[in-house]
Amino acid sequence: MSTTATTRIVGASVPRKEGVDKLIGRALYVDDMEREGMWFGATVRSTIPRGIIRSIQFDPRIDWSQFAIAAAADVPGKNHIQLIVADQPCLADGQVNHCDEAILLLAHPDRHKLREAVNAVRIEYDPLPAVLTIEESEKQDVIVLGEDNVIKSFLLEKGDVDSAWANAAHIVEGEYRTGAQEHLYIENNGMIAEWNGEGGITVWGSLQCPFYVHKTLRAVFDLPDDKVRVIQTETGGAFGGKEDFPSNLAAHAGLLAMKSGHVVKMVYDRMEDLAATTKRHPSRVRHRTALDRDGKLLAMEIDLATDGGAYSTLSSTVLSRATLHAAGPYVCPNIRIRSRAWATNNVPYGAFRGFGAPQAIFATERHMDEIAAAIGIDPVGLRRRNFLHDGEQNATEQVMREPVILDQLLDRALAESDYHGKRARFASENQVSPVRRGLGLAAFYHGSGFTGSGELYLNSLAGVDVTADSTVRVLVSNTEFGQGTNTILTQIAAEALGIDYEDVTMAPADTGVIPNSGPTVASRTSMVVGRLIERASLQLLEMLRSHAGLGVHYTSEDFFVACERYRAAHGEVRSLCHYEAPPGIFWDDTTYHGEAYPAYAWAIYVAQVAVDTVTYSAEVEEFWAVQEVGRVLHPVMAKGQIEGGVAQGIGYALYEKVILQNGHMANNQMTNYIMPTAEDVPPIHVHFEELPFRFGGFGAKGIGELPHDGPAPAILNAIRDATGVGFNRIPLLPEDIFAKLTARQPVEEPAVL
Amino acid sequence: MRGNAVTHELIAPGNLAAVLELLAAEPGVWTPIAGGTELMVAFAAGRLSAARLVSLWDIPDLRFVRETEESMVIGAGVTFLDLRRHTLLAAELPLLAKAARWIGSIANQGRATLGGNLVNGSPAADSSPALLAYDAEIELVSVRGSRRIAYRDFHTGYKRNALAADELLYAVHVPRRFARHRQYLRKVGTRRAMAISKVALAATALVENEAVSEIRLAAASLAAFPVRLYRTEDALLGQRLTRETIAAARSALLAEALPIDDIRSTAEYRRRVAANLLEEFLLEIAREATRP
Amino acid sequence: MSACRPTIHMTVNGEMRAVDAPPMKRLLDVLREDLHLTGTKEGCGEGECGSCSVRMNGELVNSCLIPVLQAERADIQTVEGLALNGKLHPLQEAFLQCGGAQCGICTPGMLMAAAQLIERNPHPGMAEIREGLAGNLCRCTGFMRIFESVIAGAAEASERAVEHAHDAR
Repeated sequence: MSTTATTRIVGASVPRKEGVDKLIGRALYVDDMEREGMWFGATVRSTIPRGIIRSIQFDPRIDWSQFAIAAAADVPGKNHIQLIVADQPCLADGQVNHCDEAILLLAHPDRHKLREAVNAVRIEYDPLPAVLTIEESEKQDVIVLGEDNVIKSFLLEKGDVDSAWANAAHIVEGEYRTGAQEHLYIENNGMIAEWNGEGGITVWGSLQCPFYVHKTLRAVFDLPDDKVRVIQTETGGAFGGKEDFPSNLAAHAGLLAMKSGHVVKMVYDRMEDLAATTKRHPSRVRHRTALDRDGKLLAMEIDLATDGGAYSTLSSTVLSRATLHAAGPYVCPNIRIRSRAWATNNVPYGAFRGFGAPQAIFATERHMDEIAAAIGIDPVGLRRRNFLHDGEQNATEQVMREPVILDQLLDRALAESDYHGKRARFASENQVSPVRRGLGLAAFYHGSGFTGSGELYLNSLAGVDVTADSTVRVLVSNTEFGQGTNTILTQIAAEALGIDYEDVTMAPADTGVIPNSGPTVASRTSMVVGRLIERASLQLLEMLRSHAGLGVHYTSEDFFVACERYRAAHGEVRSLCHYEAPPGIFWDDTTYHGEAYPAYAWAIYVAQVAVDTVTYSAEVEEFWAVQEVGRVLHPVMAKGQIEGGVAQGIGYALYEKVILQNGHMANNQMTNYIMPTAEDVPPIHVHFEELPFRFGGFGAKGIGELPHDGPAPAILNAIRDATGVGFNRIPLLPEDIFAKLTARQPVEEPAVL
Repeated sequence: MRGNAVTHELIAPGNLAAVLELLAAEPGVWTPIAGGTELMVAFAAGRLSAARLVSLWDIPDLRFVRETEESMVIGAGVTFLDLRRHTLLAAELPLLAKAARWIGSIANQGRATLGGNLVNGSPAADSSPALLAYDAEIELVSVRGSRRIAYRDFHTGYKRNALAADELLYAVHVPRRFARHRQYLRKVGTRRAMAISKVALAATALVENEAVSEIRLAAASLAAFPVRLYRTEDALLGQRLTRETIAAARSALLAEALPIDDIRSTAEYRRRVAANLLEEFLLEIAREATRP
Repeated sequence: MSACRPTIHMTVNGEMRAVDAPPMKRLLDVLREDLHLTGTKEGCGEGECGSCSVRMNGELVNSCLIPVLQAERADIQTVEGLALNGKLHPLQEAFLQCGGAQCGICTPGMLMAAAQLIERNPHPGMAEIREGLAGNLCRCTGFMRIFESVIAGAAEASERAVEHAHDAR
């Protein structure tokens, strides 16, 4: 069916499914929920990055008998969060490996008594040497994880890199660094936990992946499947920051609920959320590139390192995606990418929109501009010369079987931004103005869905059912946290079933009700899960045609009548489908070769930046985002996704710095972790080219993470254009621009013309 | 949220006389709170040590703007939104109105008071550079009466000021003599809105017969509190504005400024940008002076 | 009523309310906990994010920074008071049409700031909209859809005001 047929609902900007409640203040986020007799929880955390816990003392001025207290010894099952490698303790047991690591939990009926109590727990440590940077970890003088501090490594090779250097007309090297980045969802992490009378636990909370939390709770409390229930509350932003961390908080709330015998709510305040939860992995990427005389890529050698923090958590998969995005949207016959995620004693880093791709793409796209400058080709020409096209192979030797329209996207981006015209104008204006302007671009792709065989491994199950009061429910474990899951999946179901958008709703995000259709990550919802819902809907129509007399043409009323007929005979009306991979997907996990992703979204972003030579501040004045993401399911929401991602990318490039002092985030307040305000964001122009993808929900590919990949390199390329100076680290603050621009200039000398 | 409301006492006598009596009866015990934009932040962070607070909010005696022939008199309880909305004040004291726009958000501007901004005494205080450049005076009151001091003498150290234990900052008097002065105010922050100052420079200057006959320069975040840059002023007083004198003024500022490295910025950046701001101002007035 | 928990009298969304609370309790907490109006949110507790914005005596304020004693006799409007007689406020309609809300956590505060803006300035330009919303952080939208929503909402509110004036004649 579907990808090119005319649609009524898919492709229209229907009202957000849960929109009204959000607008009238009725949507219930976890901290809005109150329960009779509810207690509140707080966490006692490590103040050093690494050491042995020597003693824990409770100040006698507090009446501790009023409190419930939980420690590692209280964990009934496994004291580890269940993720890829279960090495992160739920509560520190004898040793701490990062600042702000959870050691003890306290609960009390009066929320306001907790802070004083937390401050009244005195912990003494025998500090151990701590590793706080990639370089320190690489030195391996101090081993903090495994045998060698390496959480994960990959080696991706194609062709013969070593022999390419000899024939190269040009060899260009560069090193690029990205800092940590905080999600800064406006709703902090929070959970409520309750034990029922039959030894089962239910948690409600702000989260992305109910079944991830379910898995950890089963292990921590040693419970079977049906004794654990996880329910997502309305979630105020996530961006990956609520992918794995909620499992930690759920386990904590569960332990306190267990010890206290009461429902326990734990909601972090901003200072705690900033200091103690996951952030984007910092990275260091080194490029060495060989080109021929005409600027065609001959070889790329890339060394990519990330800081994973103290435990493995998601570092291996972030590294994987970084590795698979590092070579850029280019043809290159010889490639070697060596990547490693290093353990340190920083707070474990985690998932954040882009998941390794923004780090890799920053380096690659900055490097392309450095290459252009080094060999005397313009940045646009260099890229065109090397773009991937239909039928060509990428770094993992995946043949581009779907259309690749980078040239077309580039043409559009250049036209919309008046790239050439403006650059010419700025070149002359910059001679006489204290404000220097420039334009920069970035070309990139983002792989939709889980890597390689990941989707097969997930084996997602999803579908629809019909209730007796004539409502179709979408049954998925994929959650809404602003990005539009509720809306697009109900659109897809309504469209595929031939009924009205208003007739379809989402089943509650409750593990007791929904099947496991995988986590809400990796830009997989519209493509993978959307497709499952589409198929399940068509399957339901088949069922109704075969068994309930539904005709070829029917009204909504006919549909629901048929459903009741079906229910009368079969007891329930439900249609579920398992994931089916698109044909011809072959992936080798050991050599990292084959079809890395079933589909790619492609983009060209252009930034116009002004650098003020009086204050050394750089500001984005205007931004153009041109992309191909398959079918656009909801134009307004799709635009919103791109705009929001671009704004975060602007923050990543120019504003958001995590300042660590001995492994603790010193600027853990909104007053000093700086994100762009309504006065800082530039006009963002968004354009889509639509090439429906046969195997995505109504032709959609992934869209959520793509927009965070492009802004940072485009912005720094624009700054290079404006000032003639290349900056290779982000966040790039005025102090950094100042330092480099004036490095060889006496301070007495004016910078202003 | 790390504060516990039950551990603090807050009373609101509602009139100035009662507050002054309280401060006289128990000096050093009661912390005045106006709009709360500083103290409530400390409270939420678990860092409000003041156990007893007395509210100044909605004391009409403190929230007024009056004009005499010589000065604008601004009550300590005037909010920054009040300042922005007062047409005469915005016209007479444009630097103050400009600074008022930069203080936090609209929501914060409606609660933050001029008195609170000055008494809090952050080196980055938003209203201070303008008031210093306008040569303002502060009026302090207590049960013992009132006294006036030059604002430039109000701050005595990092977060220390000239208030006696029983005194309240009552009003700011700003002379109405700057209509012909060249005026300048620029704040450099981390972003365009909701930004604490990394450095700010305010200037008022009179150029007569091509020479600088009057000049006042004031800066935020170049010292332990907002300051006048006297030595830099000396380098310009009586001078014509040439490349050489501008360069000399630049050097004087670089020597006079004593910024620090902190979580927000670096000393070197602050010094250099302050010098750039000064130069921007001087070039502006030099250009205007040479216009026919 | 006691000195430790005075009775605070406020009008909230048009209704007279009386609350016994410690004078330093934040207005935000009184609204959420004592009055069970959970539409107003806490995002930072520092007056930076604006998700706690309400209107107090016709001015926009961050309720996380107001000790409830200072709200004695105040007239408070929260997001729950925006819609009138079950009909969405033009801004709420516009946010729904133009995609102004994604995760929704900043939305109540954003609506309060927008309502404040267009009440004082029925036809705001982009610079005024940006300034009016500068104290409300949104991490999801990048603000573009919000700007469009405010422009559309302002236009609709203006039209409704004209209709209303017509009807009143």
